[in-house]
Amino acid sequence: MATTISAPAAAAEGMRRALPIMLGYISVGFAFGVLAVKNGIPPSLAVGMALLHFSGSGQFVFVSLWGAGVGTLSIATAVMIVNLRYLLQSAALSPWLSSLPAWKRFLLGLGVTDENFAVHVTAFQKGFPLSLTTLFTCNTATWSSWVLGCAVGAFCGELVHDVRPLGLDYALTAMFLALLVPQCVSRLHIVIALFSLGASVALKGAGMGQWNVALATVAGATLGVWLMQRCGRYGRNSGGASGTARASGNAEDGQAPVGADDGTHGPKGGA
Amino acid sequence: MSFFTEHSTLICCILLASLVTVAPKVIPITLLKGDRLPRVVKDWLSFVPVAVMAALVGPDIFFSGGTFDVSFNNLFLMAALPSIVVGCVFKNYFVTLAFGICFVIAVRFMGWY
Repeated sequence: MATTISAPAAAAEGMRRALPIMLGYISVGFAFGVLAVKNGIPPSLAVGMALLHFSGSGQFVFVSLWGAGVGTLSIATAVMIVNLRYLLQSAALSPWLSSLPAWKRFLLGLGVTDENFAVHVTAFQKGFPLSLTTLFTCNTATWSSWVLGCAVGAFCGELVHDVRPLGLDYALTAMFLALLVPQCVSRLHIVIALFSLGASVALKGAGMGQWNVALATVAGATLGVWLMQRCGRYGRNSGGASGTARASGNAEDGQAPVGADDGTHGPKGGA
Repeated sequence: MSFFTEHSTLICCILLASLVTVAPKVIPITLLKGDRLPRVVKDWLSFVPVAVMAALVGPDIFFSGGTFDVSFNNLFLMAALPSIVVGCVFKNYFVTLAFGICFVIAVRFMGWY
């Protein structure tokens, strides 16, 4: 894979992306491990779940339903609904990875989580070259931290005190906010963000706490396309970042970043 | 009774849940030819990052302890508002991130939350 950065630099970039996520995963994973054991799951199987699933919300839904004595099919259905958002994230990564063979894309797909998706797609939008070293370093590091956090929580949950004084329970929220702000490159993106945020909160408030993220994302992206076509592709709404997005897109080994032509996808409100 | 027979239901359940977790992660990325998608699909996918991040962060900051809470008692909401300002002003990922976490540590240290 042709990249413009050396292997150590690529690995360092992967760790740079992974570090904030690891802080969050160790603490959330710890909470998961404690909760799993409380809900009657043996510690070894809780760690097995973390290894196989690598999915925060899905695992939490699983243990709370298991603890409530819900049947296998109902649990699997609930987990599937919570994880529908991965379909969207996985699909949204595909335009950036089209130069890779399918089996490498498959391996990268295993590392898709909300957080890994968010940091990788943001880097692609900023014009960071496609580097498997970076992607796999980050995914492996975050995966390990998730499993480690779960293992500590499951096997010695009573030994570790509350993580709240360290602010780690807020780490992932802080991360999404820090990534969301630069996503708002145009008025159109701000509208989509506010709409999706509101829809997600409303759906959760209406008791659809498993569907909310996937439905709000579909609604938000659809609203975006509808507004873009209604206002015209080259309308003022999407004017802000075209320079940055186009320049960085072309630097990227012929990769066509989605939406670069109309500048709806740039990293920051440039020009 | 061995560990596996004792927990056979749970193990089946975990494996089934693994399938419905891993399948949505790998199927689109493996099967979609990202450079051959129709224009409108690419446009739609280009809005997924902003929409999904907003959809994830919304409940995080507007729900506290499982209930909708727009008040000064909601620490994450109180931390999010200045974080957004910091994000807009500094336009730096790590500054925004560090500010948010330090803010939460600081107000807890002061005993406000």
